[in-house]
Amino acid sequence: MAKRFDIARLPGFAPIALLSFVALYLPIFTLVGYSFNAGNSVAVWSGFSLHWYSAAWANETVKAATLRSLSIATLASAIATVIATMAAIGTTRRRAFKGQTLIYVAINQPLMVPEIVTAVALMIFFGMLKQVTGYQGLGYLILAHAAFCIPFAYLPIRARLEGMDLSLETAAADLYASPWQTFRHVTLPLLGPGIAAGAMLAFVISLDDVVITEFVKSGGQDTLPTYMLGQMRRAITPEVNAISTLLLGLTVALLTAFFLLTRKRG
Amino acid sequence: MSQTNAIEARHTIKAFGQGDSAHRALDDVSITIRKGEFFTLLGPSGCGKTTLLRLIAGFEMPTAGDILIDGAEVTDLPPNKRPVNTVFQSYALFPHLTVAENVGFALKMLGRPKAEVAEVTARMLALVKLEHLAGRKTAQLSGGQQQRVALARALAPHPKVLLLDEPLSALDLKLRKEMQVELKRLQMETGITFVFVTHDQEEALTMSDRIGVMSAGKLQQVGSPREIYTRPVNRFVASFIGETNFLPAKPVAGGVKLGCGAVVEAEGEGHTLTVRPEQLRLVAANEPGAIAATVENLVYFGTDTHLNLRLSDGEALVARVQSPPTGDAGFAMGQAVGVTFLPGAARLIRD
Repeated sequence: MAKRFDIARLPGFAPIALLSFVALYLPIFTLVGYSFNAGNSVAVWSGFSLHWYSAAWANETVKAATLRSLSIATLASAIATVIATMAAIGTTRRRAFKGQTLIYVAINQPLMVPEIVTAVALMIFFGMLKQVTGYQGLGYLILAHAAFCIPFAYLPIRARLEGMDLSLETAAADLYASPWQTFRHVTLPLLGPGIAAGAMLAFVISLDDVVITEFVKSGGQDTLPTYMLGQMRRAITPEVNAISTLLLGLTVALLTAFFLLTRKRG
Repeated sequence: MSQTNAIEARHTIKAFGQGDSAHRALDDVSITIRKGEFFTLLGPSGCGKTTLLRLIAGFEMPTAGDILIDGAEVTDLPPNKRPVNTVFQSYALFPHLTVAENVGFALKMLGRPKAEVAEVTARMLALVKLEHLAGRKTAQLSGGQQQRVALARALAPHPKVLLLDEPLSALDLKLRKEMQVELKRLQMETGITFVFVTHDQEEALTMSDRIGVMSAGKLQQVGSPREIYTRPVNRFVASFIGETNFLPAKPVAGGVKLGCGAVVEAEGEGHTLTVRPEQLRLVAANEPGAIAATVENLVYFGTDTHLNLRLSDGEALVARVQSPPTGDAGFAMGQAVGVTFLPGAARLIRD
């Protein structure tokens, strides 16, 4: 029998693969490494220390930005997940209709429109709203984040719904469950992992956003990423490394949970 | 016995698609299923039997016609408002619930008190002999056990009619035989009307009180297993249930005349004579009144031997004879024999 084509046996496979991984991960490892630097340089190593973690912890601005980031991400991902769940049910649990593709495109718009365009558009739109209503609070940021998080929540939920055996819902109806009871006792529990995965993805995407936040925020509404961007313009200290490392840790933890949830029970 | 029937479908039509591309899965079907009977809808795949079942359950709405359950019009009612329950081909057990929660699902949806749900669930699990698995998740069960859970779940609310959509097709032969016996037992013990859909003619013959044979969206014949087998009304029913022979025939004075010139007695109407292979008798070639034939081939099946015969006009005929203790039926290829039909065995049918 002829050996199957195996890309791993091509000449140069191992060096190219290694180089790619180095290019991907070396900067991150460097960043993480220097977050433990004792000195105040992000490039010259002068010994191990947790100094910058305690400095970040003691920094009231960092604390406020972190709190703001987490509240925005929590509220925005919650709103996005509820809307995405309804959208997913609306697009999978009814007969195919005219313009269905258009609806998909519309729901996934934030994935396709350049973020900077959305950012400028939102800035102008919310600027008008601020004038009219006089409201200056975090609501604008939350709404903006919710909007671009919808497709990230929608995709895993829809995938889960499409993979669900439709005869289960038929069986529930046959066993005297009203449409609401069917949703409550069969669809929703089976959809649970998909919803959790979608919410987590939305949370991570919101937590990480710079461009839209930078444009939409009012004065004193820095989130953690925009605070770090601001720091870059001044003297950079390993404090930024420490904050980045913590963010990285949180994101990795959430994404790991996401993969475990989507893998479990097929 | 009460006057009302368990199920009545009147001039039911179900079309899928629109306009010219519309396909009639059910083409003007009227059927009556009596209370307490084991009724089987039998036919090849695509004949409309499952569509009819889904219309009764309420999963599909008929294009035209009425459906009555227990004398009450249900045509426009959703599935959860109909007093029937279904055993699905795929079982459709809820994977996030335990065996007991699956069985108690319908009663819980109906808002019955917890104590009643628990009591009925326990009784149903005992009925299908699965008490020891009450706390398991359904994914941990074997195919046969899942089948029993599906049955218990559908029987728990004590429906007027139990609908079974090819429930045994996923089981291996031995388990299928066991479940056939089990289903009959459950039907007798509960007294519930069973409507059973299958493409397996043997399953239909052995289990049913009555059978409705379907083909191409139409109900071909309704009758007891014996009626269906011994008095098929048309060529489809005769060939779909069991093996049979067809010979072109012409009614003449004193019987019907076959292509080879022989005149035989036959009941019924039509221009095709049908006779089952086991209803043929082989006699000496020169026996008066016998049809002359040549043995073309012999196939040994253990209990029987099948003989492929050729008549003088070129028509083929299969005879089945019981194998003798020696195994040798005593015929040779190329041998000339005479064929007679057992009294009442030959029937004329429409095509």
